[in-house]
Amino acid sequence: MHLHDVWFVLIAVLWIGYFFLEGFDFGVGILTRILARDERERRVLINTIGPVWDGNEVWLLTAAGATFAAFPDWYATLFSGFYLPLLLILVCLIIRGVAFEYRAKRDDAPWKRNWDHAIFWCSLLPAFLWGVAFGNIVHGTKIDAHMEYVGNFFDLLNVYSILGGVVTLTLFTFHGSVFTALKTNGEIRERARALALKVGVVTALAALAFLIWTQLHRGDSWSFAAMVVAVLALVGAIGMNQIGREGWAFLLSGVTVVAAVAMLFLTLFPDVMPSSLNPAWSLTVSNASASSYTLGIMTWVAGFMTPVVLAYQGWTYWVFRRRIGVQNMPA
Amino acid sequence: MELALAHETMARWQFGITTVYHFLFVPLTISLSALVAGLQTAWVRTGREKYFKATKFWGKLFLINIAMGVVTGIVQEFQFGMSWSNYSRFVGDIFGAPLAFEALIAFFFESTFIGLWIFGWDRLPKKLHLLSIWMVSIGTVLSAYFILAANSWMQHPVGYELKNGRAQLTDFPKVLFQNTTLVVVFHTITAAFLVGGAFMIGIAAYQLRKASRLAAEDREPVKVASMKTSLRLGLVVCLLAGLGTAISGDALGKVMFEQQPMKMAAAEALWDTESPAPFSVFAYGDVARGHNTVEVTVPGLLSFLAKGDFTSPVPGINNTNAAEKAKFGDKAPNYEPNIPTTFWAFRWMIGFGMTSFVIAAVGLWLTRRRFWLAPEFRRAGDEVPLFMLTRTRELGPTLTKWAWRGAIWTLAFPLIACSWGWIFTEMGRQPWVVYGLMTTADAVSPGVSIGEQWTSLIVLTLLYGILAVVEVKLMVKYAKAGPTDEQPPTKDPTLGGPPAGSEDADKPFAFAY
Repeated sequence: MHLHDVWFVLIAVLWIGYFFLEGFDFGVGILTRILARDERERRVLINTIGPVWDGNEVWLLTAAGATFAAFPDWYATLFSGFYLPLLLILVCLIIRGVAFEYRAKRDDAPWKRNWDHAIFWCSLLPAFLWGVAFGNIVHGTKIDAHMEYVGNFFDLLNVYSILGGVVTLTLFTFHGSVFTALKTNGEIRERARALALKVGVVTALAALAFLIWTQLHRGDSWSFAAMVVAVLALVGAIGMNQIGREGWAFLLSGVTVVAAVAMLFLTLFPDVMPSSLNPAWSLTVSNASASSYTLGIMTWVAGFMTPVVLAYQGWTYWVFRRRIGVQNMPA
Repeated sequence: MELALAHETMARWQFGITTVYHFLFVPLTISLSALVAGLQTAWVRTGREKYFKATKFWGKLFLINIAMGVVTGIVQEFQFGMSWSNYSRFVGDIFGAPLAFEALIAFFFESTFIGLWIFGWDRLPKKLHLLSIWMVSIGTVLSAYFILAANSWMQHPVGYELKNGRAQLTDFPKVLFQNTTLVVVFHTITAAFLVGGAFMIGIAAYQLRKASRLAAEDREPVKVASMKTSLRLGLVVCLLAGLGTAISGDALGKVMFEQQPMKMAAAEALWDTESPAPFSVFAYGDVARGHNTVEVTVPGLLSFLAKGDFTSPVPGINNTNAAEKAKFGDKAPNYEPNIPTTFWAFRWMIGFGMTSFVIAAVGLWLTRRRFWLAPEFRRAGDEVPLFMLTRTRELGPTLTKWAWRGAIWTLAFPLIACSWGWIFTEMGRQPWVVYGLMTTADAVSPGVSIGEQWTSLIVLTLLYGILAVVEVKLMVKYAKAGPTDEQPPTKDPTLGGPPAGSEDADKPFAFAY
């Protein structure tokens, strides 16, 4: 196995980690307007992710940084090609982060309402847009012989990629509902479970259509296996949610995210950004990668640091493991 | 050509605006995390309430600040690829690694432990909670180190070879530990503490001035004590950091004279080589053309800044331009940066930074508690200090008024200095993006349209403008409110907080969003 293959896997792992973690906190952000009935319930929702959302988002920064270092051409083509969608995602992540921190800093209703809108829309849009972005990557985009994206913004909005957006949006909302059921107590917990069922069914339909399309378009037997895992895990998560096994439901909705994203990366390999104009112009793990010296250093550092990061981030979740409810909200 | 020029200009404005803006929050994050950690350590060790009050107060302002630093940092990492894709392709092999390590090592540290600190007041034992803010502090310094190593490589590329039309890494330790990196890190970290020290001076002075206007019985001794401690801490930090910034700045100047002679010639608008070269403290007239109508110069000072003696020749802009033309050919039309900007940026950086240093020195003398002070003028730790000129002589009322004002205004000076410092160091390197290897004009994304570039420039500038208003208003609100009435916790929390089912489990948290 070549080092650039290792880094393809590692970058897939970083994106998987990102979608697993920020997936549910996007979901919780969306639920603040769907599930919460009053100010205190909204606060409960926000506080389920309060201590961890920032750490979750660093998975994205690490994925982007690692892509820059390990596959400079992939980073350059992707970020300059998907300019406007990424700008929109950036704007959302900026507003959303500030919203969490600033929302409770003033005690007046319009201030809070504005930040509530911000949290909802700035969770919903990235949840949708990441699906659109990955849909486009997998489907192939107009990349020329010089690795430049030559399409325009509207080329990125096609049926397949929009379906991808619907899948991430619904899947993250489902993931967030299941997380809420696991992390809260009282009435909101019951309602989160009821909502999870409805969202889960919609997610299952969208995901099935998208994953089968993906499988037919570029799949092999490995991606087929991942697809089967994703679908079974999703069905399992819905079932576990129904019988009130919230821990299992969350674990399985997490497995769904992991398997679905893994499937996308499996269908990509060995390309990293296929060209729809000419397969010979596609960016691949070998023609887009950094030198083996750089990859070697990165491998050592990542090999040492990743377990450390997982350990202390996991420990944080353990520290904040308790369920919370409206009674825990300070004045 | 017209369009290409416009594209580069837009991309540069965007990078300049977003970076200078981001760096308003960065130095405060670096210094305040350490200062809050220091104050909290004092509280945990002594149990004195004034330290608790100070920790909580500065901690709150720190959090308002870091939120902005974090989110504007995301833009930084994305826009290399978005607006500078040719640059990213060319340098990714070298530049990407420190960025990836910054995320993997520093950002995870900061973001995870800041969550533990914010929400951990009643869910972590005191000492673990204290440890978490120190971890945040370490994270901020590590982050600064990695990104400055990356920037230093743009200033002075080392440890690479040109292969397949791109720069490839051959010696990573060299990139991390070259003298440019070490000196820049020293300069930036000390400057960050100058910012944090001045921030503390400004706000603590505001609170103390307010207290001095209250009737004696309306003052709350604990709060006055916490602000007085903060003022002293700010003054000491500002003085030491100012000294450190000057020393490291001098070292950095000497490194730059060697590595980028053009930048330093431009800093002085020194057109032709002079020996010894003077330094103009102030100039008025057509600085860019070298025709100054009013000029105050210190003979030989530039020679000293460059080489450490007062006689060495310093190469001028024209001479350096000719030398670079001979060396690099027609990679760029000429090799001069924008002279007025670099000239003034250099002076404003030094001027604003050193003003705070002087204010700190004066402030330390005026507010001294014992040294050379008649006993009747000594004030207890929980009283507003007197401004004492000599042993028995107090500062007059007008000067006292101005001393308070100066202390409050100094808050902004190092921030202004930092902004001009970055403008100087980045614009002084032009026309290069990577010195000697790649010009800025060649670095932009060829696939990004002018419309897209305009869109992002406008959207980000507007968004940043709105957020600046929101942030400053919030900061002012909490700074003016002063330390709260919150009492220190009476017992040491258990790890994870009270267990489910216990009688404390349904109590409100010490903090929630």
